[in-house]
Amino acid sequence: MRAERPSLVDPWPLRIIAGLLIFAFVALFLALPLWTLFAQAFAKGTEAYLRAIDEPAAWSAIKLTLTVAAIAVPLNVVFGLAASWAIAKFQFRGKQLLTTLIDLPFSISPVISGLVFVLLFGLQGWLGPWLRAHDIQVIFALPGIVLATVLVTFPFVARELIPVMEAQGTQEEEAARLLGASGWQTFRRVTLPNVKWGLLYGVLLCNARAMGEFGAVSVVSGHVRGRTNTMPLHVEILYNEYNLTAAFAVASLLALLALATLAAKAALEWRGRTEIAS
Amino acid sequence: MTLALDTTPRVRRTRVLPGFRLTLGITLAWLSAIVLIPMIALVSRAAGVGFDGLIATATDPRVLASFRITFGASLIAAAINLVFGSLLAWALVRWRFPGRRLLDGFVDLPFALPTAVAGIALTTLWAKHGLLGSIAEAQGWRVAFAPPGIAIALVFIGLPFVVRTVQPVLEELEPELEEAAALLGASRLQTIGRVVLPELIPALLTGFTLAFARAVGEYGSVIFIAGNRPGQTEIVPLLIVTKLEQYDYAGAAALAVLMLAVSFVMLLAINLLQTWATRRHAR
Amino acid sequence: MRRPLLRLAAISLVLVGSAMAQAQAQTRLLNVSYDPTRELYTEINKAFTDKWKKDTGEQLLIEQSHGGSGKQARSVIDGLEADVVTLALAYDIDAIAKVGFVKEDWAKRLPFNAAPYTSTIVFLVKKGNPKGIKDWGDLIKPGLEVITPNPKTSGGARWNYLAAWAWAKDSNGGDEAKARDFVGQLFKHVPVLDTGARGATVTFTERGVGDVLLAWENEAFLALKEFGADKFEIVVPSKSILAEPPVAIVDSVVDKKKTRKQAEAYLAFLYTAQGQEIAAKNFYRPRDAAVAEKYASTFPKIELVTVDGAFGGWAKAQAAHFADGGVFDQIYKPGSR
Repeated sequence: MRAERPSLVDPWPLRIIAGLLIFAFVALFLALPLWTLFAQAFAKGTEAYLRAIDEPAAWSAIKLTLTVAAIAVPLNVVFGLAASWAIAKFQFRGKQLLTTLIDLPFSISPVISGLVFVLLFGLQGWLGPWLRAHDIQVIFALPGIVLATVLVTFPFVARELIPVMEAQGTQEEEAARLLGASGWQTFRRVTLPNVKWGLLYGVLLCNARAMGEFGAVSVVSGHVRGRTNTMPLHVEILYNEYNLTAAFAVASLLALLALATLAAKAALEWRGRTEIAS
Repeated sequence: MTLALDTTPRVRRTRVLPGFRLTLGITLAWLSAIVLIPMIALVSRAAGVGFDGLIATATDPRVLASFRITFGASLIAAAINLVFGSLLAWALVRWRFPGRRLLDGFVDLPFALPTAVAGIALTTLWAKHGLLGSIAEAQGWRVAFAPPGIAIALVFIGLPFVVRTVQPVLEELEPELEEAAALLGASRLQTIGRVVLPELIPALLTGFTLAFARAVGEYGSVIFIAGNRPGQTEIVPLLIVTKLEQYDYAGAAALAVLMLAVSFVMLLAINLLQTWATRRHAR
Repeated sequence: MRRPLLRLAAISLVLVGSAMAQAQAQTRLLNVSYDPTRELYTEINKAFTDKWKKDTGEQLLIEQSHGGSGKQARSVIDGLEADVVTLALAYDIDAIAKVGFVKEDWAKRLPFNAAPYTSTIVFLVKKGNPKGIKDWGDLIKPGLEVITPNPKTSGGARWNYLAAWAWAKDSNGGDEAKARDFVGQLFKHVPVLDTGARGATVTFTERGVGDVLLAWENEAFLALKEFGADKFEIVVPSKSILAEPPVAIVDSVVDKKKTRKQAEAYLAFLYTAQGQEIAAKNFYRPRDAAVAEKYASTFPKIELVTVDGAFGGWAKAQAAHFADGGVFDQIYKPGSR
């Protein structure tokens, strides 16, 4: 391990000052908000907590959130793989522009991410009247929520994969090709094993964000209780019903989902490291 | 693990690898469907106010004030994240301490937590009756419902960006350089300042800009803690919502396009900067 | 790597399929409403579906959607298939009528301007009224903090604003300039402008910010119930505004879904003795004289002005006060402080 090399060890005064700063920062901005969340969720005891979650509207919100993530994430995985392959393995003009366009959803205000689909598919928008005439519901239904989620989580997989694939270079794939492997075989046997950790990391982040998205989904959901409310929206509803304990309970469930995803990531990374080390 | 079969420099080699058209095709199609066409719809709706309308929107004092607040708070938040995020990344990569892995996982929490939940939790924490709010209030500081509250929410949501861009670069950093510096008699601080920092600059820039770009667009967590007073604590995304509330789609779209243009320019700038930095580095 | 993906896809397909299968079962009505009516319509929906089942044998499912009044109206305009809308102000239903989904004469199709219940604006203060707030004039005492949502984003807040304006205008002999001055001063006492009425109530009750909350009467009563009558009390000002939250059938939707009969019965039910009683129990002032008599002790007598009488209707009030560049924006113009 690098850190054990004596010339690389930071002197103790530096460590202590920096350590204290980091501790204060993490406590203030990560630990305390999380603690607040759980403290509020359990403010009225475990029973109230369970009651808040075991309720039809909460269940339908949980189901919808999982459904949306289960559709949006694979779509973005396919896209992310394609985009990173094209961008990392080939030189072409307009690459910077393409990368920037892929990054763009990071910085679009969630309000706008929802609004654009309303402008496109809403009854006053471009496609709305045609969709209504054919009785297809896009916004205020599952497809709209999925679209908004896909837009918000769009860059995560690609952004994770591009640097990894770039660092990998193209030699291995070229060697495989010269040895007679087909394109698909090359991708599956050479590229995929090389980038699988990056891919997994991207999938997990994408999934976490997909389940937690609030702003964009709120615009396209229609807020129909038990039908188009995702978990974050259900949290808002409970909050607006002065049911703060229940709101924080459902929110803590989301935090738990997120933490579980992160734990899965850590476990996989750990396995990955030992695999490489052996 | 690398097979150095090909040592010629990577200039205009013939494409041995397959799938360029296919993958670029998928990328462009998906990008168009999810990002470009909706954005075109947005721009065309904004065109409803005309060029003069766009200028008028951009120069309205209230809009200007909210742009100042949004960009100011985002800048401060991104700067805080830059300092503490890189410290955190340094500790995660270079130090070994109990709970390191847990902390590493924690960093992604702001990605995962719904922004509204983050907003409510932060408000609970920093409002008058809150754990930290009561302390701040005793000192006569108002955090929630004031500009510092906005900055705090934005620090929270932007944190992972800096850590996650700096971390891999630190991991890749060759320790020989630092060792050489140490052997030549540089103190640790000098080594960090003169040798490590320059190497980190592109990553720091990227992290800063991503955190900044994300902060500028943030809505969910900020509205709970901001106080939303026009001209003082009103952010641009709230103004967009306000316009929508008056059924002014064109006005809302115009504001959205303004924000989008700023984001786009910023992101393009860092992407170019990064390519430039990598090229310089590779030389 | 491929197999987990396939499995994910399969699971998602099953989930989508089951969600769609559920969708066909029974006649559904969607009531798109604003924030404070959740409790009211939960009770109304139950009573009405029971009654409808008994009368016709048909099982109805009434779904609810709540949010800011303007946002909800916009969702309907953009294609949310609401059978009925029950919003905070007539202006929002007018906006739906403008795109033709609701007939222009909607306000005349049901009694009392299509508002089956009314409310007004009162003050919620801490128990014992420590700051001695009695009327609108007390709100601009030095150091006092007033909590109200943002009139640009909240329907309820517009009623707050207009009530303050009406009081100031009348107590200054109809002087518009003085009214404007008063409202301007009032908003300088507002430290937080939440985007919705519920947010403002939470800010006041849970966060402990401010000395007085301007709220719908029904919201104030509900806050007493939720957060404890031992912590807060209601102060009734000398004059307030008659808030008429209107209801309407969305013609384009009920014609398409063939649910006009059910939707009409649903809205008519609001006017029945049973519906009125439920409204009164949820602290909305009933229109029905007999029910009003029964609950007379709940609702204090206040002198109430109407939007039509004092401001010439919602369209005018909206344009003058809340539109971009209107009086409210001018209050917050930099340099006006």
